[in-house]
Amino acid sequence: MPITYYIVLSIVLFCIGVVGVLTRRNAIIIFMSIELMLNAANLLLVAFSKMHNNSAIGTANAATAGIDGQLFVFFIMVVAAAEVCVGLSIIVMMYRNTHSVDVNFLNRLKN
Amino acid sequence: MSTTEILFWFLSALALVGATMVLISKNPVHSILWLIIVFFAISGHYVLLNAQFLAIVNLIVYAGAIMVLFLFVVMLMNLNSDSEPQKNKWFKIAGAISGGCLMLIMIDVIRDAGEIQHAKALVKEGNIGLIKNLGMVLFKEYVVPFEISSVLFLSAMVGAVVIGKKD
Repeated sequence: MPITYYIVLSIVLFCIGVVGVLTRRNAIIIFMSIELMLNAANLLLVAFSKMHNNSAIGTANAATAGIDGQLFVFFIMVVAAAEVCVGLSIIVMMYRNTHSVDVNFLNRLKN
Repeated sequence: MSTTEILFWFLSALALVGATMVLISKNPVHSILWLIIVFFAISGHYVLLNAQFLAIVNLIVYAGAIMVLFLFVVMLMNLNSDSEPQKNKWFKIAGAISGGCLMLIMIDVIRDAGEIQHAKALVKEGNIGLIKNLGMVLFKEYVVPFEISSVLFLSAMVGAVVIGKKD
């Protein structure tokens, strides 16, 4: 499968995430859009890893070429899980104080 | 059209429709369910690329753990489409236009990139994505980052408890 297909798919998914962050005011939906952007990047990393593996066929390191990309995706998932854990507790705390998940309420932080 | 191509287009369409519906849905619970469909489609892509370990981890961690956490929080707050805050129409249009401009610019850049025009990703073969090979590299070369990530998890757990605690 040509790598450009995967790049275009990831770009479109990423931009849908960007539009979600820009157009929604619900903090949870904004958080979900960020997850969507992370997943678009993950998909692209895996596709690139397979591309490098493809171009290394016939050389000495064909068995492990491109494996770092997939490990990187694994670590991104680890960091994303930790981030969601802390981020959602922040949103819960915000809801407890303001009884809303509207991000515009966070303007009050500056007063 | 081979089976692989049909599966690729089907999963891509599923991911894009799901991602769009995440934004369009008024009810946050529906958004979460659509996002789970997106994650399933991306896991299907991983299987297609023969990255089986990542496909399973994606399902367990994202579709399993993280989205259940989201669902719990939404249900805890009793959010529905009535309480959904809405942005001004012009803000929505401006956001969509700026996101679309970003997409057009990036697609145009990769359209003209010469090096990757003929590069192909190895689909449904190659064995770098299998658990055995990934595990060998993970526990030999990447063992220090792996241990550091366990400390990160521990600190995230402590942070979530401290922030979420009633005081």
